[in-house]
Amino acid sequence: METLSALFTFWHEQAGKLGEQTLQHIGLTAGSLLLGVLLGVPLGIWLSRRPRWAPAVLGLAGVLQTVPSIALLGVLIPLLGIGWQPAIFALFLYSLLPIIRNTFEGIRGVPPAVVEAARGLGLTDGQVLRKVELPLALPVLMAGIRTATVINVGVATLAAYVAAGGLGEFIFGGIALNNPVMILAGALPAAGLALVFDALLGGVQKLSTRRLGQVGAALLVSLPLLGGLYLLPRATGKLLAGFSPEFVGRADGLPGLTKAYGLTHLPNVVLAPTLVYEAARNAHVDVIDGYSTDGRIRAYGLRVLRDDRRAFPPYFAVPVVRPALLREHPELAPVLAKLDDQISDSVMTNLNYQADYLHQDPKAIAEAFLKRRGLWKAPRPAVAGAPVVRLGSKIFAEQYILAELYANLIRGNTDLAVQTKTGLGGTTICFEALRHGEIDMYPEYTGTGLLVLLQPKPTVVDSLGGRPAAVLGYVRQEFRRRFGLEWLAPLGFNNTYALLMRGQQAHELGIVSVSDLGGYLQK
Amino acid sequence: MPDAPPPVIQVTNLHKSFGAQAVVRDVSFAVAAGETLVLLGPSGCGKTTLLKLLNRLIEPDGGTVEINGCDVRQQPPAQLRRGIGYVIQQVGLLPHYTVAENIAVVPKLLGHAPAAIAARTAALLTRLHLPPERYAGQLPQQLSGGQQQRVGLARALAADPPIILMDEPFGALDPITRASIRREFRELDELKRKTVVLVTHDVTEAFELADRIMLLEAGQIQQLGTPRELLFRPANGFVRRFFTAERLALQLRTLTLSDVFAEEEANKLLLEVHNPSLAAQNTLPLSSSTTNSAHTEGSAVNNPEVRVNNQTGSPAILSASKQEVTSKTSSAADFTAATTVQQALETLTGPNAPLASFGVPQLMAAFGEALQREEYAWKR
Repeated sequence: METLSALFTFWHEQAGKLGEQTLQHIGLTAGSLLLGVLLGVPLGIWLSRRPRWAPAVLGLAGVLQTVPSIALLGVLIPLLGIGWQPAIFALFLYSLLPIIRNTFEGIRGVPPAVVEAARGLGLTDGQVLRKVELPLALPVLMAGIRTATVINVGVATLAAYVAAGGLGEFIFGGIALNNPVMILAGALPAAGLALVFDALLGGVQKLSTRRLGQVGAALLVSLPLLGGLYLLPRATGKLLAGFSPEFVGRADGLPGLTKAYGLTHLPNVVLAPTLVYEAARNAHVDVIDGYSTDGRIRAYGLRVLRDDRRAFPPYFAVPVVRPALLREHPELAPVLAKLDDQISDSVMTNLNYQADYLHQDPKAIAEAFLKRRGLWKAPRPAVAGAPVVRLGSKIFAEQYILAELYANLIRGNTDLAVQTKTGLGGTTICFEALRHGEIDMYPEYTGTGLLVLLQPKPTVVDSLGGRPAAVLGYVRQEFRRRFGLEWLAPLGFNNTYALLMRGQQAHELGIVSVSDLGGYLQK
Repeated sequence: MPDAPPPVIQVTNLHKSFGAQAVVRDVSFAVAAGETLVLLGPSGCGKTTLLKLLNRLIEPDGGTVEINGCDVRQQPPAQLRRGIGYVIQQVGLLPHYTVAENIAVVPKLLGHAPAAIAARTAALLTRLHLPPERYAGQLPQQLSGGQQQRVGLARALAADPPIILMDEPFGALDPITRASIRREFRELDELKRKTVVLVTHDVTEAFELADRIMLLEAGQIQQLGTPRELLFRPANGFVRRFFTAERLALQLRTLTLSDVFAEEEANKLLLEVHNPSLAAQNTLPLSSSTTNSAHTEGSAVNNPEVRVNNQTGSPAILSASKQEVTSKTSSAADFTAATTVQQALETLTGPNAPLASFGVPQLMAAFGEALQREEYAWKR
């Protein structure tokens, strides 16, 4: 019940967005279907004339169908960039198999006697196709289009990953934020669309062959019109932003930013977190969200806009440990403290750059860093039966590197054995693992601890005012009290949200801070 | 035969292979205007292929097909086919068209006026016992098999083509429907004027409908002639064996009273049982001969009325105007020289047996003698 009312509240608040996404969704589906019909039907007809090719063509279309949609989009992005092009193309590929196959089977299902009689009466080959074969194949053909439609409505949610919009924006935002209401807000209309289209085409399919021809032609005409929904004029501005779904959805992301800076006139598209940097680099978009220590900032020549009004909460990296670990192994505390305040934003960006962009091994990166800082010691020989320290990390390079740094220090300075459990998915997984004693320690960020794990009332967040020390103090106190877990000292860098622009463009426009950006957009 | 009219269909040295298998081998024949030629033979003998070669549904590997003296390859196939009616076993009515629309397909293709098409459709349906007000708007699946086949025939006749090709048109029907529809076909004035080439594997059907029969085996013509020639003058062992199972039934259907009785006797018999005016009307060109030799019938092809002399000097009448013969129902006292033995038997053994001067024993004895005469003639 609560979810339901929250859902309606969400829809009410986001009504404009919901409408736009729904239209985009219909537009994507119809546009790709149109292409699918335009290629698939002639191909199906051709196959019915040359059935020898059928296994090869249908096999190929079948293989396309089995390629996971995310992978297909991934393959298409280098070729088609981001936006509607890869989305429509991927959807088009998915719609091909049912359309080709059903056209082919439909025509083959026409009784040979009817075709022979028609030819014997003096219908030309073209007339046989138009007056006999296609009308009789139409029910099967329509069934194929119906299948393709339902598939495409579903797959079109993934368009949100490539900045093509659609109802997937809510869904992926909801997934990123672990917000069921937001997921449902996108998933229910998408499911509804699929049901409506299915029922509609199901009804059409039941019509008599004669009516079916007329309705089918009407549908074919309506497809480009529906596809055109996608092109409805949308808010435009001097700059286009590309944001990850999570950033758009969470309170300290875009909403917080908009509130703090009054950012208007900044239209945005949503796309997969992994693609925002590429999109900015290739100038598909001008402003993106990112993390202030991301390696690609350096690699792609991006520039972090200074958060002069502190809209983004501090996300200082701090190791969180089970206090029992330090009690059992007192020698560990000074070892872990060796990294305190050692890693600045730019240092972490650089380390991430080596991992993300140069594809160096996190272990090698950690070792090189420790050597540069004079902290490196060769691992001590393993002691049989030595207690094991289990280090966790989330599933991205920065966390891998941090885990390797700690593992190195522990192996070099103590007799303890180390087991790394890297790649534990997201925040919740790491936190639950630590809480239940499946790992002993992992690096967490103060902002995440505050907003994702503790989720205090907005008044509490406001009272902290985004001051780093205040936030750390609050999470440390609350973690002790509520979970019996200990936040150690910060490592130095603040991996917070950041607005990024291409360095050159920012330079040309004279934009250094988010305030500058707001000013520029207002002009 | 310089005075003979040019054939409507002239086939010369036709050859067709599918892969390594020759399906039609060096086939030549001619069909005269108004003639019904039946292509008969076992399954796989090439008769359907031969039929489809005529309207270019299949293209030959060699040889020519001329229709009205014009090579069929000089016309686009579709245009050629619009001038040739085509009826197939599975009927092949367009399932999404109504009965009327199915019939109207070819006239529409030919650009006939809608009013003329509607009138023609209604007329054809009426003639085929499918009242248009009831059937014109129905879809094929609402019709019985026999009704569908009638619509198929109406469709083939719609544009009044001079030639009709039929591929086992009654093959899919049950025996009773088949017999009744066959009778309708035979009696249809529309069809009597057409040149018809019909494919069947049913011997009875062939004998009932054919002016001439072409018996095919392995793609080659075994014999081409009248039913009577095939039955009594088989060209080879295959032809003879082909009719073995139904020989007696065919003979009963083929021989007429004038074949089995001597001329004077026949006339006497017929007049006795006959109303004189009718007898006069039915007087057929009886011929008598005193020669004892049978003569060959090389002219049979182009002369439907062939006289056969037999050994004993009894006159024999062969009437090829079969429609006239078979259209007579065997009511009492309706014997003519052209009445078949079969019909006479049915009448004599029926409930209203006429007071004839001969009974079943005399008839069968005479029939037996006639068979023997035919057998002798062939053996010589």
